[in-house]
Amino acid sequence: MGSFDFARDDSFFVMESLDQIKSRIEAAVPGAKIEIVQNGSPSQQRSLLIDNEHAVAIARFLRVDPALCLDFCSNVTGIDWLDRVVKKTTKVKTLVDGQEKEIVETTEEKIPGYLEAVYHLYSMTHKHGPVIVRMRTADRAEGTRLPSFTPIWRSAEFQEREIFDLYGIHFEGHPDLRRILMWDEFEDYPMRKDYREPDDYEWEPTPHDAVLEKAKQHYTPRPELDGAEAIVEPLKG
Amino acid sequence: MSATIETLEAMERPPVSMASRLQGELLEVSMGPQHPSTHGVFRMNVALEGEIVRKLKPVFGYLHRNHEKIGENTSYLGSMPYTDRLDYFCSMTNNWAYALSVEKLAGIEVPERAEYLRVILAELTRLQNHASLLGFLLSDMGAWGTPLMYAFREREKILDLFESLAGSRMMCDYMRFGGCRVDPSDEWLAQAKQIAERFPKFLDEFEDLILGNEIVIGRTQNVGKLSAELAVNAGITGPMLRACGVNYDIRKVDGYGFYPRFKFRIPLGEHGDTYDRLMMRALEMRESVQILKQAFAQVQPGPVMNPKAKIRAFRPPVGEAYGHIEAPKGELGFYLISDGSPNPYRYRVRPPSFINLTILEDMCLGHTVADVMVILGSVDIVMGEVDR
Repeated sequence: MGSFDFARDDSFFVMESLDQIKSRIEAAVPGAKIEIVQNGSPSQQRSLLIDNEHAVAIARFLRVDPALCLDFCSNVTGIDWLDRVVKKTTKVKTLVDGQEKEIVETTEEKIPGYLEAVYHLYSMTHKHGPVIVRMRTADRAEGTRLPSFTPIWRSAEFQEREIFDLYGIHFEGHPDLRRILMWDEFEDYPMRKDYREPDDYEWEPTPHDAVLEKAKQHYTPRPELDGAEAIVEPLKG
Repeated sequence: MSATIETLEAMERPPVSMASRLQGELLEVSMGPQHPSTHGVFRMNVALEGEIVRKLKPVFGYLHRNHEKIGENTSYLGSMPYTDRLDYFCSMTNNWAYALSVEKLAGIEVPERAEYLRVILAELTRLQNHASLLGFLLSDMGAWGTPLMYAFREREKILDLFESLAGSRMMCDYMRFGGCRVDPSDEWLAQAKQIAERFPKFLDEFEDLILGNEIVIGRTQNVGKLSAELAVNAGITGPMLRACGVNYDIRKVDGYGFYPRFKFRIPLGEHGDTYDRLMMRALEMRESVQILKQAFAQVQPGPVMNPKAKIRAFRPPVGEAYGHIEAPKGELGFYLISDGSPNPYRYRVRPPSFINLTILEDMCLGHTVADVMVILGSVDIVMGEVDR
């Protein structure tokens, strides 16, 4: 048996605040647009929304910067945000029959949907984190493209493939972007919120009641194979 | 039959030229998904040159049931029994990771006794997981049966404890947001303490049996080496990371639960090979026994459930939270987004064994096919968690 050492160092560094990180990124990566996304939960985990154009430069800065040194990309995940309608109420003063009255007007603002990729970054060197970084696609149909972080953190390799598989975000610069959990011939993206499952995955419908009911709309009935109704009648007689 | 034997042979067999092997002609082999050593339905497409692995691509998804989508379609509590099925060897730690994330999301406090119970159950889980992993690893190496049965004898004692506490050996479904489901009796604690105290005896016996064994050393040392830089970059966690000499254990770094109250050491490897990974498990089990002894001495009677925690109609505030723990296989995390409804808007599992497979190819290149099984065994995967 060889001799094994035990860890002696239990110290960890306290990370700077998210606002400080934001201003330091803006100084290091000129032109970067960064927004802090608030979090209403008691977890207090706020995140940085970065623009796709400078994303790789920002990620490289977070990885290399000696004070941050976020060398460990723990969790990578996708989120699907559908089109939303936000109602705003405003009080407007208008003239009604010569008198000035206050009328409450509601305006509806439509926020188009988008897909989001979230990265939870930690530092194994300094033992701090997480710094949460998120990127958003332009829309949910044509523009689902984001830069890949796999060249910077190898741990994103399978996780970005999984997001591509289940959400349909195309990561540009990923070395091997293929489906990972679903089979290669599969066409839709199952984790999207508006996903509807097909009637049957196999050629023959699986014998669950709900699936059979749905499949009846597409297939002609085959009593000799599927149903016992045709056999019951002669037995009675 | 007009053709002579000579002409038939000439037709069927193309002449073997030594040059074709030297020019790098590779043989593609699909290992799995029904291979006994792949620990479930895991498949690897391997390109071989002779017996040497030149390329290896893992293929996933044979056990995929979209756990995350099912989690989004059920209530927060409804996912709790389903987390047992992720890593079905360690349902207690899965429960804890999920409960911890929801407690972060909703800001729920956990009573003292429940925190102790969680530590006790997580460390018992670590003991049985590491013991059975060593058994499986040896059976992959050809020590078929005996070491695995020794390990399972010990595992079964711990699973009996789980069964008497939670009602099920493996699918425990024991933890709740804000505590634990049932309070164990004093007899249960005494029994668990006895099992923990007797565990080092099994370890002595088991280490005598395997760790000095010449064949084990020959099969594991310098096999599947992994550098610390690559391990950190590829997001490797758990005993596999510490075998490379990186001091990162979430029990120490994050200090979740009551782990800061216990004295324990983190064993570190030197070479990052399969032998070190094997040793990390053996040494971690001894540290787990130390934690258990302290926990049994400190645990006091009291409530196991926060009375303010809501079980029914539970709606966390709008927001998101990421919570993670040191599961026996590595960092197990849950990322939850709440939109104020009874179901999570996003429910994400960060599975340690899935991400630990990222560098399987890097570890296996240049080794023989027989070594691939040993390296895969030392990664410690469970397909319920890999494919989700």
